[in-house]
Amino acid sequence: MLPGEIVEELDLPGGPTPVATLPEAAVQAPRRRRLSGIRLIAAAWLVLVVVLCALAPVLPLPDPEAGQGAIAASPGSGHILGTDQLGRDILSRILWGGRTSFFVAALTTGIAMFLGLAFGIIAGYFRGRIDWVIAGVADFVLAFPALILLIVLTSVFGLSIRNLVLGLSILGTPAFVRIARAHAMTVSQREFVLAARGSGARNGRIMVRHILPSVVGPVAAYALTFAAVVFVAEGSLSFLGLGVPPPTPSWGGMIAAGRPWLDRALHIVLVPSIVLIATVLALNFLGDRQEQPGRRR
Amino acid sequence: MAHYLVRRFLYLIAVLVAVTFTVSLMLSLPAGDPAQVLAGPEASAAQVDAVREALRLDRPVVERYIDWLGDAVTGDLGNSLRTNEPVIDSIRDRLPVTLELVILGQLLALLFAVPAAIFAAYRPGRPADAATTVSSFLMISSPSFIVALLLIRIFSVELGWLPTGGWVPLSENLGDNLRAAILPVIALALEPAGIYQRLLRSDMRRTLDEDYIMMAEAKGLGPRTILLRHSLRPSSFSLLTMIGIVSARMVGGSVIVETIFGLPGIGRLLIDSIGFRDFVTVQGVVAVIAVAYVVVNSFVDVLYGVVDPRVRVDAAG
Repeated sequence: MLPGEIVEELDLPGGPTPVATLPEAAVQAPRRRRLSGIRLIAAAWLVLVVVLCALAPVLPLPDPEAGQGAIAASPGSGHILGTDQLGRDILSRILWGGRTSFFVAALTTGIAMFLGLAFGIIAGYFRGRIDWVIAGVADFVLAFPALILLIVLTSVFGLSIRNLVLGLSILGTPAFVRIARAHAMTVSQREFVLAARGSGARNGRIMVRHILPSVVGPVAAYALTFAAVVFVAEGSLSFLGLGVPPPTPSWGGMIAAGRPWLDRALHIVLVPSIVLIATVLALNFLGDRQEQPGRRR
Repeated sequence: MAHYLVRRFLYLIAVLVAVTFTVSLMLSLPAGDPAQVLAGPEASAAQVDAVREALRLDRPVVERYIDWLGDAVTGDLGNSLRTNEPVIDSIRDRLPVTLELVILGQLLALLFAVPAAIFAAYRPGRPADAATTVSSFLMISSPSFIVALLLIRIFSVELGWLPTGGWVPLSENLGDNLRAAILPVIALALEPAGIYQRLLRSDMRRTLDEDYIMMAEAKGLGPRTILLRHSLRPSSFSLLTMIGIVSARMVGGSVIVETIFGLPGIGRLLIDSIGFRDFVTVQGVVAVIAVAYVVVNSFVDVLYGVVDPRVRVDAAG
C-alpha cells in the first residue's frame, strides 16, 4: 500500500485525500498467488449460496413462515438443518432470508458503487472547485457515525427494506467516491488520456471510454468488501430488531430469535451464524486487494 | 501549524453541526404529523402533545435546531420523555461503562494484533503467516452479535465461568467488574484485532524490504532488534490512525454488545430510548456519540499531522 491507498483504505476522515500514486501492474513481476485455494473455496461458497437462494421458490422446501409441528428440532430429523423456536424449517428460512440479504447487499452496493464511480471520476478528472465540493461532501458523510445514524433512521421512519437500502447506500457512497477519485486522478495524467484530449475527444467520452475502465477494477474489488460490510450491518440491525421487518426471514433476525434458546437449542443460532460468517468471510477474501495477483503489497 | 489547527477545529465544528442537524431534520421528516409518528400508534393525544412540545415539532426545523443547539452547548439536552430526568444526567451515569469497554477492547485487540503481526511479517508465506492471515480474516468477518452469543453459550452456559450479563461498577469491586466486562470486551475487540493484525503485518513487510533493514541484517543484528527496534515504529503510523478510527467506531459498535449483555452504557440507553420512543434522549445520545466520534477522528488527524509533517502540508494545501 502506498500513502494514497492507505488513506482510502482507512477511510481517513477530514482533509482532502492526497493524490494516490498507484503501482503500475505491468512493472511488477507477477507474484505467486498465495491462498488461491481459499479464494476458490470462497467463490464456490458464494456461487452455491446465491444459486440455492435464487432457486428457493422452486426447491421442494416447506413454507419459511409456517410451523412444521416439531419445535426446535435438531438438524437431521426430517429437517436437514432442524427447525426453529416456532417449528419453522431452518433451511427454508436460511434460503429465503438469504434472498433478502443478498437483495439488500446487491442493491446497496450497486447504488453506492454507481454513485461513487460517477462522482469520483468527475472529481478526479476535472479537479478544481467541483472536486473540492465532491471530496468535501464525501469527507463530511464519512465523519458521521454510520451505525448510529442507521439506527435512528429506521427508528424514525419505521422498518422497511427500502429505508435500509437507502440509508446503507447513502452512508456507503463516500468510500467509493474516494477510491474512484484517487484512481481517476492518476489515470487522468496518463498519456492515453492526454492523447484523447489532444485529439479533440469530449470530456464525457474521455471519462466513460478511457478513465472508467481503469477505475472500475479497484472499485469493484472494494465493492466485494463493502458488500461484506452491508451483510454485517443488515444482520446487526435485524438482530436489534431495526432491520428487515419480521416475519420476513433474515439471517440477523433468525439469530436474534434463537437467542432465548441458546442454552437448549444452539442450532437455531448456530446455523444462520455459520452461514452469515461464511458469506462475509468469502466476500472479504475475494475483495482483499493484498491477495490479488499483479498488485504490489 | 497553528493555521492547520484552526482549520481542523472549524471543520470539526462544521461536522458536529451537520451531524446533530441531520438528526433534528430526521425527526421532522416523517410524513403527516411527525409528533404522532414519533409518539407511536398507541399514543394518546396528550402524549402526542408532550412529544410535540418536548421536541418543539410545531416550529420550523432550523429554528428548532438552533434552540436545541443553544441549550446543548450549555449542557442542557432536555428532559427524558420517559423519566422526566435531565438527559445529560443519564448520559453522564452511563458513559463510564462504554468508555471502559472501548479502552479494554482496544488493549485486548492490540495485545493480540501486534505480536501476531510481527510474527507473521517476520517469515511471510510460511504456514504461521497463512494461519494468522486466515484467523484475522475470520475475526474481521465475525459480527460481534454472533461472537457475543457464542461466548455466552461457551463460557456462561457450558462452563459457568462468567456471568451471562449484568454490570458491576469499577468503583464497587474490581474483580467483579472485570468478570462482567471480559466477554463483552472480547466480542468488541475481535474485529479490530483482525484489522490491526492485517494492517501492521502489511506495513511491516514493506518496512522490512527497505535497504536500511538489509544494512541492519548485514551488521549482524538479531531478528529481535531488527523487528522491535528498527521496523515496528516506522510501520505503526497507519496503525495509529486506525486505532483512532476504530475507537470512534467502537462507541457505536458497543450498542450491540451492551444490548446483548445488558450493560448500562450509552449504547443500551440509545436502544432502550428508541424502544420507549423517547426521542429527546435519542437526540441527546446521538449528539454525544457524534461528538465523541468526530473529536476522536479529528484528534487522530492532528496527531498524524504532528507525527508526519507531509500530511500537514497536504491537508493545508
